Parts: sequence; structure tokens; C-alpha cells
Amino acid sequence: MPETATADAPAKTAAGGNILQVRNLEAWYGESHILHGINFDVNAGEVVTLLGRNGAGKTTTLKSIMGIIGKRAGSVKFNNQEIIRATSDKIARLGIAFCPEERGIFSSLDVRENLLLPPVVREGGLPLEQIFDLFPNLKERLNSQGTKLSGGEQQMLAIARILRTGASFLMLDEPTEGLAPVIIQQIGHTIARLKKEGFTILLVEQNFRFASTVADRYYVVEHGKIIDGFSNAELAANMDKLHAYLGV
Amino acid sequence: MQALYAQLLVGLINGSFYALLSLGLAVIFGMLNIINFAHGALYMMGAFVAYFLLNLGGISYWWALLLAPVIVGIFGMILERTMLQWLTGLDHLYGLLLTFGIALIVQGVFQNYFGSSGLPYAIPDQLKGGMNLGFMFLPIYRGWVVIFSLVVCIATWFLIEKTRLGAYLRAATENPTLVRAFGINVPRMITLTYGLGVGLAALAGVLSAPINQVRPLMGADLIIVVFAVVVIGGMGSIMGSIITGFALGVIEGLTKYFYPEASNTVVFVLMVLVLLVKPTGLTGKAA
Repeated sequence: MPETATADAPAKTAAGGNILQVRNLEAWYGESHILHGINFDVNAGEVVTLLGRNGAGKTTTLKSIMGIIGKRAGSVKFNNQEIIRATSDKIARLGIAFCPEERGIFSSLDVRENLLLPPVVREGGLPLEQIFDLFPNLKERLNSQGTKLSGGEQQMLAIARILRTGASFLMLDEPTEGLAPVIIQQIGHTIARLKKEGFTILLVEQNFRFASTVADRYYVVEHGKIIDGFSNAELAANMDKLHAYLGV
Repeated sequence: MQALYAQLLVGLINGSFYALLSLGLAVIFGMLNIINFAHGALYMMGAFVAYFLLNLGGISYWWALLLAPVIVGIFGMILERTMLQWLTGLDHLYGLLLTFGIALIVQGVFQNYFGSSGLPYAIPDQLKGGMNLGFMFLPIYRGWVVIFSLVVCIATWFLIEKTRLGAYLRAATENPTLVRAFGINVPRMITLTYGLGVGLAALAGVLSAPINQVRPLMGADLIIVVFAVVVIGGMGSIMGSIITGFALGVIEGLTKYFYPEASNTVVFVLMVLVLLVKPTGLTGKAA
């Protein structure tokens, strides 16, 4: 049984002060107990990746942090502020942005409306010119219906729209799922660039080859718990364990 | 020929009420997923508030056009906060039964105090009289109702389809959880949307008061036809409700001229035909 990475022994390579602290996080979908005491930290300026098999609880962890799951317990502190009981709109206004796995592009809105939908919650968001610099395709498709974009373009739109809000902490749920390798590469470059811009990113990925190109640290989620954690520098040494965890 | 034009005008006026009421129903259904059977009672309350404002407070029709929708809208928001919000996620039937019960209670209370006969509400001085258009005589108040309703309908459509607030509403109709996770207070938006839909019904009630008198059951008579309009237009479709409202009013008016016996049933016949050919309504999308 691998050692559990706990709050007392977080993985190394902290890039800045602690921005997110998750302790004993539990969550339920109706009667189903999904998270059984998740513990991890994210430091400012880092890209942290949650790895794990399908159904391990990665997405539920992000949704619980965002306040989307109705029944949750434990402690989630963002910038030392307890948010476990806050509603998702209040959590967003603290500067946390969420990009869902299914992308959440609205079919009744065109690309421009989708892009401008999330309100600016604080100063420091990227201006539109910079967003179009990151995602030039979007500028050409502003008047198209959001769901008429290709999968890759929809993913870009889903990321782009949270960048202008001023949120400094981004949670990206499987941003590469179902995308062509060339688009995955582009998403990877974007995440690297966002990191340089000072964003802190919590990523959920099954594709650890992609994650290894952008992440500073990893946590492995299994059966609703964090079962291991290591830094990117320790990835090679942990590869066998990782293969076993992910069943690849 | 004069009679045909007169029936066309009656059709347009009825169409104005259909459009305003079905627009409110569409907005409420789109956002709350509730079939608001209390809509007719709230339309009636709009007319009664205008009546009270005039007779108890000496407040004119023009102020009533503003105040009655606000007052009834606030009443609607209280209903939403205290009762309707608990229906989120439940089957449509619960919302339908609850709002039907609310309609019966509201109508019963008004009937208890005011009986079933109509109370008079005078046409404002500025809108009295008529114009001879050559081919027909147009009562100014009736022309005002048609034009004002059209302006309100287009303004509501513009608000929902072309503004940032409307984008929030449309997005929240699709995925309220995600919209809330963007930092928008969706429950408050739902309450305000219900207030807006109810306010439109109350506005129709004020417009109707000088034409149809103020009666506790004035909404009950109308709401069944309005639901047929909504079904034909497509549940939740904003432009569909407006166009279908006016169009069915005109079709009803023309039927009164050409085949009066069918004038009360033509809307329902059309509803059956539309349901057979396109069950989602003329402008509605499949779920």
C-alpha cells in the first residue's frame, strides 16, 4: 500500500505561499459517499495535477472546492479563508475559476457572449487582446454559435472565458479530453504561458504524459482519497508506481 | 368590410394580451421550468391594483402602468421565494398543481370581496375618443393597447436576446450550476425573472381594465387560451410567444368574421394540429 500524502506531508517544490488548503474533504452525491477525506495543498504560482482513474473522485474534488456539490464536509481554505460552506457564486467572487470537463459552452449564446459571460470578479484579468493572442481562432469565430465550434476551439473558449474574470486560481477539469494531439500541445503551451503570467492552476488529468509537460506537482486520487503525491522532479522515479495507480 | 376591420382590431387587441401573457409564461418556464398556472390570477391582480390605485389613492392610469406591475411583481417574487423555489428539480406536475392552487386561492379571495361582476375602470382622458381612418373607426385606447403591447414585447425580447443580462438568463436556463460557479447569483436572478414574468401579466391586466372591466375571474377566462398560444408557439420561446400571440389573436378575429361559431375553438383546433405535426411548438426546440 503506497504512503498517503497528507496535509502534514505535502509534496515538495512549493513555488509560493499556500493559496489552497484542503483538509479531510468529504463529498456525497445523494446517498453515495464519493470523497473520503481528501488532503492536499496548492501553492501560489504552481500547476498541481490530480491524477487518477475514472471515477476516482478527481472531478468531484474540483466541484467540491467550487461549491457545486451540495453535500460536503471537511475544510477548504482559499487564501486562509474557509469556503466549505460558501455558495459557488461567492467562491467564484473570491477569485477561483472553474473550467468543467464537459466545457460548458452555452448553445444559446454566440462565442462573444460565451466569452463575456463570466463577470469580472476582481482586477487583473487578461484583456481581450491578450486572450485573442493566446487563442487566435476565437477572434475569427466571435459571431458563431458557441456549440458550433470544434472540440478544440470549445476547449479554448472554455479556458479563455475564465481568464478575463480576474480569478488567479484556475481549476481545469480534463482540458485535453477527446482532443487531437496538435490541440493538446496548444493547450499545454497555453497552460505554461498562464503559469508564467502568475496564475495558479489545479489540473485534473488522466493523461499524465500531457500533465508532465506542465505540472509542478502531482497528487494521485483513488477511491475518494489522495494516496500519493510527488513533484515533477520525482516523476521518473515514481513512474512504475504511477503506472500501477493508473492501470496503464 | 367595416365589420372585418373591426374584428381584425379586436383580434389584434386580444393578440396583445395573449402576447404579453404568453411572453411572461415563456420567460418563467424558460428560467424556472414551471408552468405558471397562477398567471391568469396575477393578470387579474394587475387590473385590481390599478383599480385600487385609482379609487383609493387617486393614482392615475399612467402611474398604474408602472406601479401595478411592480406591486404584483413583488407579490410574485414573494411567492417564488416562499413556495416555488422548493420545487427545483421536481416534476413539472408539482409546479402546475401548486400554481393552480395559488390561482384558485387568489381568485377565491377576490371573488369573496368583490363578487363576480365587473368593476368599471375608465379610459384615461388622453386616450378617449377615436380616429376615422377612412376604412374603419379606430378607438384610440385600443390602438394604444396594440402599440404599447408591441413595444413592451419587443423591449422584453431585446432585453433577453441582446443584452448581457439576457445572456445570463439564457445561459442560466441551460446550465444554472455553471452560471452560478461563474459568480452570478442565480437564485436571485430566478426570483427577479419570476417577478418580470408576473409583472408582464400585471401590465396586461392594467391595459385590459378599461376594455374588459375588472373582474376576479378575468384571468381564469383568458389563461386557457394563453396556454394554447404558448403550446402552439413553443414552450420557452420568447419570439415564438410574441408572434404566436398576435397571430392567433388575428386568426381568432378573422374566424369571428368568417365563421363565428368556431371563434372560441379555433385556437384549440390549431393547438391540436400543431401538436400532431410539431409537438415542440412552431418555434420550440426538442428537449
